[in-house]
Formats: sequence, C-alpha cells, structure tokens
Amino acid sequence: MSDAQRIAIGRDADIVMARQAGRELAALMGFKGSDLALIATAISEIARNILVYAKRGEIDLSGAEEGDRRGIVVIARDQGPGISDVEQAMRDGFSTGGSLGLGLPGARRLMDEFEIESQVGVGTTVRMRKWVRR
Amino acid sequence: MSVPILRHGNVLVASIQVAQTDDELLQLRDRLSEMVGQSRAKGVVIDVTAFDVLDSFATRTLRDIAYGSRLRGARTVVVGIQPDVAFAMVQLGLDLGAVSTALDLDDAVEELNRPPSEVGRR
Repeated sequence: MSDAQRIAIGRDADIVMARQAGRELAALMGFKGSDLALIATAISEIARNILVYAKRGEIDLSGAEEGDRRGIVVIARDQGPGISDVEQAMRDGFSTGGSLGLGLPGARRLMDEFEIESQVGVGTTVRMRKWVRR
Repeated sequence: MSVPILRHGNVLVASIQVAQTDDELLQLRDRLSEMVGQSRAKGVVIDVTAFDVLDSFATRTLRDIAYGSRLRGARTVVVGIQPDVAFAMVQLGLDLGAVSTALDLDDAVEELNRPPSEVGRR
C-alpha cells in the first residue's frame, strides 16, 4: 500500500517520530480524538522497548482495509536478544529493563489486536492492529 | 529544545512547548532538581498541555520529579493533561501516584498556596 512507511528506531528522538507518524497515518485512516492518543501511546511503548532491549530496530506503519472497515497496522521488528518468557513479559509490572513494566501489556490493551513473536538470539516482532470504531 | 523554566515568586513553572524525547525529559528533571535548591522554591508547576502522549516513561519521570522535589522541600503540580492523553494513560494502566494535578496554571498556583495540611482534603 502506498501509505506504508518504515521508521528506523535507533535513538530516543525516533520514538517521538514513530508515534507522530503513527498518529498522522491514523488520522488519515479516519481515527478520531482519543483513538489517536491510544495509537500514539501504544507505538511509543513498543518503540521504546526496541531501544531499551534491542538498541535498534524498525517500525512499519500501514493502513488496513478489510471489507468495509479501515484501520492501522503497526509492526515493530528487532534483531535483539529476544524474550525468553513471552508470557511473563506480557504481565503487568514485569520488567527486566528498570521500567514500570507496562509497555507490552499496556500496548495490547490500547490496540484491538496484538501478536508477539520472539526467539532468543534472533529477535522480536510485535504486530498490532486497531480498527476505526463505527 | 530545552524547556523554559520561569520563576514566579517561590514557584518554578516549567512550560513544555513541544513533544519531548526521553533524554530531554531527564534533562528537565535534573534542571528542576537543581533549581529547586538554588531558588529555594516551595512549588513546581509542570505544564504538559503540549504533550501528545504521556507514556510510561514520561509518567515515571514526572513522578520522579515530584518525589525528588518533595524531598527538597517543594511540592509539584502537573497541569494541562489533555482529555485524550488522560484516557490513554488510564487504558495503559498508568497513574501519577501521589502527584498533584490541576486543570490549568491558576488552579495549580491555588493548590500550591494551600497549607500542606489541607492538601488532598478537599
């Protein structure tokens, strides 16, 4: 899709860039008000996870269309150390990085769909989608 | 761009004009901590009206500023959290702990002028 874009994550200014690009794309796809803040916040959390745990990675943003519904797809990818216990990482308050431990479980709550794949020594991919409410 | 910190009587006002990176937030924390000591401020107001997002890092940093200032004798009030941003914080599971909040600068100054014994007893 022509509206797809990739944001490289390698320093903390990239987190701001990713969430602002996500908000802009979400507005184009028809999201309003509080949903824009939810999407931007979810992107901010997963972008920071890349920076903290993998040092670098990327976020792909694209519009989604399925039948007559529209939405946004956010894919965060890194070739970092991976997560040995994904179930544990998805629990509120669990963190090995000195944070509040709300990044992954919080992002899942903010979006409609959330999938995570991680392999130790290979990397982590998070796929999130949210649909415009009608 | 570093956040301007203005002194108004014995209150420091940090008015954040643009979205901040994590590093910029940490710099703000350190500058405020230093200025509370230098100026013997009794209150700190942080205006976050321009924030597009208050994620877990920003929230934790605001909490750190407030707790750090309190240990140095100043109370902190966070003002201007936008409704959409507040909603996203709730969904994410974030709260500001014991940090005071106010809708705007006027309310914040009023809050800071109240005797500490009355804080939270409204």
